[in-house]
Amino acid sequence: MKRLTSRNFSRRRFLGGAAAIGVTVSALPRKGWAQSKQVNVYNWDTYIGETTLETFTENTGIEVQYDLYANNEELLAKLQAGNPGYDLIFPSDWAVENMALRNMIMPLDHSKLTNLDNIDPNFRNLSFDPGMAHSVPYMWGTMGIGYRATAVDETPDSWGVLLDSDKYSGRIALLEDQRSVLGIALKYLGYSMNSTNPDEIAEARDLLIAQKRHIKAFAPDSGQDMLIAGDADLVMEWNGDIMQVMTEDDELSYIVPKEGGMVWTDNMCIPTGAPNVENAYAFIDHILDAEVNAEIANTIQFATANKAARQYINEADLKNPAIYPPDEAIAQSESLKEIGDALRLYSEAWTAVQAA
Amino acid sequence: MRDWRRDKLAFSVFALPATAWLVVFFTIPLVLIWVYSFADRGPQGQVIVALSLENYQRALEWIHLGIIWKSIWIAAITTVLCLALGFPLAMGIAFAPQRWKNPLLLLVILPFWTNLLIRTYAWIAVLRTRGFLNSGLEWVYDRIDGALGLIGLPDLLGPFQPLELLYNTPAVIIGLVYVNLPFLVLPLYATLEKLDKSYLEASLDLGASQWRTFVSVMTPLALPGIVSGTLLVFILSLGTYLTPDLLGGPDSEMIGNLIARQFGAARDWPFGSALSFLLLYAVFLFLWLRATVATRSKGVGV
Repeated sequence: MKRLTSRNFSRRRFLGGAAAIGVTVSALPRKGWAQSKQVNVYNWDTYIGETTLETFTENTGIEVQYDLYANNEELLAKLQAGNPGYDLIFPSDWAVENMALRNMIMPLDHSKLTNLDNIDPNFRNLSFDPGMAHSVPYMWGTMGIGYRATAVDETPDSWGVLLDSDKYSGRIALLEDQRSVLGIALKYLGYSMNSTNPDEIAEARDLLIAQKRHIKAFAPDSGQDMLIAGDADLVMEWNGDIMQVMTEDDELSYIVPKEGGMVWTDNMCIPTGAPNVENAYAFIDHILDAEVNAEIANTIQFATANKAARQYINEADLKNPAIYPPDEAIAQSESLKEIGDALRLYSEAWTAVQAA
Repeated sequence: MRDWRRDKLAFSVFALPATAWLVVFFTIPLVLIWVYSFADRGPQGQVIVALSLENYQRALEWIHLGIIWKSIWIAAITTVLCLALGFPLAMGIAFAPQRWKNPLLLLVILPFWTNLLIRTYAWIAVLRTRGFLNSGLEWVYDRIDGALGLIGLPDLLGPFQPLELLYNTPAVIIGLVYVNLPFLVLPLYATLEKLDKSYLEASLDLGASQWRTFVSVMTPLALPGIVSGTLLVFILSLGTYLTPDLLGGPDSEMIGNLIARQFGAARDWPFGSALSFLLLYAVFLFLWLRATVATRSKGVGV
């Protein structure tokens, strides 16, 4: 069992290039994975409470073996050749849909989850997995604009400030992520983030190509570092990353623009071939417990999809727009869906943006 | 030492671990990638084994060739800069007093003791807008500005404008030169060290200038080291991924990043495999060119 200590490496704070040098926690099949008193959990780094695993073992007598991954692609790569022995994984929105279509995760038996009613009704019918057929929502968040309040003359409440304006030329950083950036461009143009229409994607591509000379960098998930170091004043980033630097620098702020952004949701799923299915259900139910869930959310400072847990969440977190953004912003936002062959349109558009 | 031809058993026992290592960690993965490069991408990013040339057709599209061409340029500039910096350095070490050689060589390989990722992050700290370099420049600038104020010319220079040193292609080249310099210095040093110094003395004694001796005597003799070193730097730079990812700007995508993206966000392993093999063929081409040059200027060994 691994204890998590680092606050610097968090969910979606993927230290750029860590994958390139192979910094991943080993997931080779090892002896004793299929034991009646064990559950093998594969989760994002720094994405669990301080006491979650201990209380689970105390309550059930089941030992937790805990492994970490850095992004959805890594999770998919590790499981697509066959489940090496994991009982519980935490894929995001589109990855849930992807794995469900490929039968890589099992349909869930809701009768085994006594605390399932704690889930916020708004999260029970998400577009990527209606009716929670394969997944139970865990934590969620948004993509928005992190900015230095002293460097802008008005709140950047539109994606146009980043994508369609020369006002902050050379002080803008976008994410180095093809679907996020093209998706936000689509959103700004009034289309769906999950568009599969080649003309719409081409329009988003051309918008980015025209804007490119004003963009300082496509940051590999390091926008928050550029912001705090003064390399950029406006960055497209995940809320959790901006959240971290906001605690270090009062001038920094976060907003989900009026066009809406992307809502991401991470979900608990049982991969096909899991050796300890019953224990996985027990673990999900443990996490669904209101107090256990609130302890996790208070530790990692992400928004929980568990409505019953809200009463135990720190007041300051509930009021923080970088954790729980205003409802209007959420109403306009979308989740990324699995788009099948259309992904190639995005890949080619992104290559064109890079090469332009 | 015994001849391996006479003692085949001992030889095969000693060769076995290395061979097994190569087969398991090099040959098999490479064959796998080769098979993937002819496969189709399933709608959810699956690899569907097939016999399709479509991935290679795509890889040869102008846009991808353009990225390869840009990568070749970046690698070539890196190589030239490494040679310009590395040749004098290797010469300095080779001609240094004996007791200095090992400490100097140690200094060349010292950066390898730190992880590449950490060293690249250090460059970010040096080059960024409020990085060490800009802060240093600002300090000097303020002193000059202050001095001008004292002689009755206040505010002549205006406020300090930090230089844009990071997030562009020059930053990538700086990073690559830094990372790859030892790969040029070490083979070059090995050649220069073995070089028979009496040739240089003869050249000087017979009236050639220092420069003439360097160009006409030393450089041809050092050619094997130059070829090995530059080729190593060029190939390493060509396939690089980390440096442009961290130091590059919106225009700095290299072929390594394009390939990495196919195995990541694009979830198109077959196309990524075809691009990898295209890169591999490009490297083979340069190795073949090198072999041809080597044969022409006979006697030049590996």
